[in-house]
Amino acid sequence: MTITNNTGSDLAAVETITVVIDGVAVEVPKGTLAIRAAELIGTEIPRFCDHPLLDPVAACRACLIEVEGMPKPQPACAQVVSDGMVIRTQNSSEVAAEAQAGVMEFLLLNHPLDCPVCDKGGECPLQNQAMSVGRPESRFTEEKRTFEKPINVSAQILLDRERCVSCARCTRFADQIAGDAFIDLLERGAKQQVGTADDQPFDSYFSGNTVQICPVGALTSSAYRFRSRPFDLVSVPTTCEHCASGCSLRTDYRRGVVTRRLAWDDPEVNEEWNCDKGRFAFQYQTEGRIAAPMIRENGELRVASWPEALNAAAEGLRAAGTAVGVLVGGRATVEDAYAYQRFARIALGSDHLDFRVRANSDEEAAFLKSAVAGTPVRTTYADLESAPAVLLVAFEPEDESPIVFLRLRKASAGRTTVLSVSATATRGLEKMHGTWIPASPGAEAAALGSLDSAVLDQLRQPGAVILVGERIASIAGGASAVQALAASTGAALSWVPRRAGERGALDAGALAGLLPLGRPLSDATARSEVAAAWGVSADSLPTQAGLSGESLLQAAKSRTIRAIISSGVDLGDFANPSLAREAFESTGFVLSLENHHSSVTAIADVVLPVAVVTEKSGTFLNWEGRPRPFGEVLRDALMMSDAAVLGLVAQSLGANVGASDVPALRKQMASIGAWQGARESAPSVAPAAATGGVALATWRYLLDEGSLQDDEPHLAATARTAAAVVSAATAASLGNPAEVTISGPAGAIALPLEVGNVVDNAVVLPMNSAGCVVARDLGAGYGEQVSLRAGGAA
Amino acid sequence: MAELPQAVRGFGVTFITMFKKVVTEQYPEDASKYPPKPRFHGRHQLNRWADGLEKCVGCELCAWACPADAIFVEGASNSEEERFSPGERYGRVYQINYLRCIFCGLCIEACPTRALTMTNEFELADDNRADLIYEKKDLLAPLLPGMIAPPHAMVAGTTEQDYYANKIKGASPEQTVVGS
Repeated sequence: MTITNNTGSDLAAVETITVVIDGVAVEVPKGTLAIRAAELIGTEIPRFCDHPLLDPVAACRACLIEVEGMPKPQPACAQVVSDGMVIRTQNSSEVAAEAQAGVMEFLLLNHPLDCPVCDKGGECPLQNQAMSVGRPESRFTEEKRTFEKPINVSAQILLDRERCVSCARCTRFADQIAGDAFIDLLERGAKQQVGTADDQPFDSYFSGNTVQICPVGALTSSAYRFRSRPFDLVSVPTTCEHCASGCSLRTDYRRGVVTRRLAWDDPEVNEEWNCDKGRFAFQYQTEGRIAAPMIRENGELRVASWPEALNAAAEGLRAAGTAVGVLVGGRATVEDAYAYQRFARIALGSDHLDFRVRANSDEEAAFLKSAVAGTPVRTTYADLESAPAVLLVAFEPEDESPIVFLRLRKASAGRTTVLSVSATATRGLEKMHGTWIPASPGAEAAALGSLDSAVLDQLRQPGAVILVGERIASIAGGASAVQALAASTGAALSWVPRRAGERGALDAGALAGLLPLGRPLSDATARSEVAAAWGVSADSLPTQAGLSGESLLQAAKSRTIRAIISSGVDLGDFANPSLAREAFESTGFVLSLENHHSSVTAIADVVLPVAVVTEKSGTFLNWEGRPRPFGEVLRDALMMSDAAVLGLVAQSLGANVGASDVPALRKQMASIGAWQGARESAPSVAPAAATGGVALATWRYLLDEGSLQDDEPHLAATARTAAAVVSAATAASLGNPAEVTISGPAGAIALPLEVGNVVDNAVVLPMNSAGCVVARDLGAGYGEQVSLRAGGAA
Repeated sequence: MAELPQAVRGFGVTFITMFKKVVTEQYPEDASKYPPKPRFHGRHQLNRWADGLEKCVGCELCAWACPADAIFVEGASNSEEERFSPGERYGRVYQINYLRCIFCGLCIEACPTRALTMTNEFELADDNRADLIYEKKDLLAPLLPGMIAPPHAMVAGTTEQDYYANKIKGASPEQTVVGS
């Protein structure tokens, strides 16, 4: 891991001053707030509105302190200390203690006595504060102010205005951090309340964070409403499985069922935030699970015993010989992905591997092998924050990696310029104060080749970063152009996949022609290093790179590949779902390791149940390449990880693939170590020119029809509704209709038309949202031609 | 008398007792003759409001207070279509494990709505463990005349505050229509 030491030199340059708090002198950096300075000497001043990541507002007044030379008590959360300042907190000052007690009494005047029915009860700062320093008896005999309770500020977030202490944490979060200022403080005095505009709910991707930072129970979530009490819960630190941001989470469970997930504090990655998908989408872990092995008999799946199912799997795989394709999906942990490729190469002697269950290309594979696989952590979140310029290519951070979005938004408030080569300037880009570099969908490579010199100059600055998303695979010449641009400007290049397991699967070597940790399969040294770690002879490993991507599916369709092993794969995820279906149906044998029934298990000959993330330990590599290990949450679940199940399949095949427990797999990967030899050369594919007609720009929105978001009605109701977005000129050429019909090779979709910042002759569609599943309904992918016509009737 | 042998002196006690009032209670034959004291801590009861709605709000404070970890509660949200208690929340699951309960009554003190009280019923023996975990249906107070089994709406025009202020004196005719 590379450690940049520029932060160290910054620290040395910080000017410090000395303040006296309760008679204790403490040295703090200039600009420190009194409340933080007091923390340094272990004095906790009460606070509700103060949050280290939000601007001071001094709204709740709970933190009043006495400052020598100032006539009245001052709020410690907004009081910047100066040299020689003498501060007295409630511990040494009668004035401060009395002021705080008075504020506490005021805050409780209108606060309802409904702690028994409040979700915050038991972990509520106001409750704790009232219990420790509040008056035992209220002097308030009048009737409390009441509001209708609760009201929905969005489908997921409920607001109880009676409980609110007007600390403005939620409104500041929405405005400063998320950039979705859909909630604000309305009215004045006792009637002051948080509210939304009538027609605009708080449909922010980050709305769940407001529930977590609310210091009272004013904001609660529909999903967790009345599910449990804090003392019922067992909390386990985990990693989010939804995207490659790699958020640290706290998973709370009660009696073997996960009840909620919270963002955990990891300053280097997600700070204290996460997105609503990571917070609320976890019902899939309990609902509709496959509990027992199944085998297909007379066309129907039936439950079987483990030995019977393993024998059936071994028989099917044996019949296929080495012609077995292994599709790992994008959701496997590093250890599981590693186990898949080891199983394929040792037990099957096959190198037909792929983890890219989405649009992909050979050019992308070459790019990943040459620039990404097995590389150490180079660009980090902190680097994004300090970068002078960040260029986004085929990447919409708000949808595809929300924490990258939050960090870029934070960075862009400072000195970072965000640039995006894209068919459309989204609201997300606006929130990052970004500059739009228009490019027709599919023709971004050409745009990258002709960037103007001002942009190139920005990228030449030390610390500049290029972030490229998974859609680069759909752009002919895209990966080549990005790599060439990075080489010519010296900007750091990072690949930000969408799924949590992709970077890990790449490093684990779950791709044809790629051994673990970036080793090329074609290299004899690489093969012998890996064979030594595996305890097999180097000759036994495949020497020819196998098939991947579409060619793997084509081969399965023509039965050259005679069996497929798949895990976490849905046919609808492929760029060409009908080809994928034909491939799975034509090939001789399909073994599916799954936790839910899917379009693949509907075809599979043998289905083996595997654990979901809460039932196993493992590691995800986030986009930085930073390992995000996590432990088992539900220890009594008795489900096996993919690696453990593969170990059993190998045994049934009579092959020895080695130990399959997580510590052993980690140890083995560590013993293989980083690759020092030559890497595959960068791809060089000529950029595709923009073709005539209307090109399709499409990506998966954060909240959509993804299968990990199943059974979450409240979350789904906050998703953006599908609409077709075109430029004003394109809309005008259609006659500005309210609805358009978009047609592709497989069919047509009718959607409401919106005008936005889109290049002419392009249409922006959600890839997998309700009413708009692009691959299935249109049969067209990113950058491909579609036709538009006014009117709704398809 | 001091000269009498020890053995005979012992029979003296037996002899005198023959003329004393009998203290043996004939249980269970004559159990009704010997009711427990009014404040005896017996089996719990989940009370109802006068219209039949449950008083329990599923707050779990009883479970929190329980030193023997004998109480399990799961709350849930009332809806306009399916209301079990006034207000937002009700106890969807309520279990007391009488194998663990020590009848200390801390749960009763903790209950914010007087939903949980103790009856005088003490005959809690059984021949298996599972039956000694009492569910909500076993603990709920019987429906008295004027009460309707939930789920049903609150009395029209009232709020939860009216319930807590004891202003509800029985089910209203509209509730009968809803409940029947």
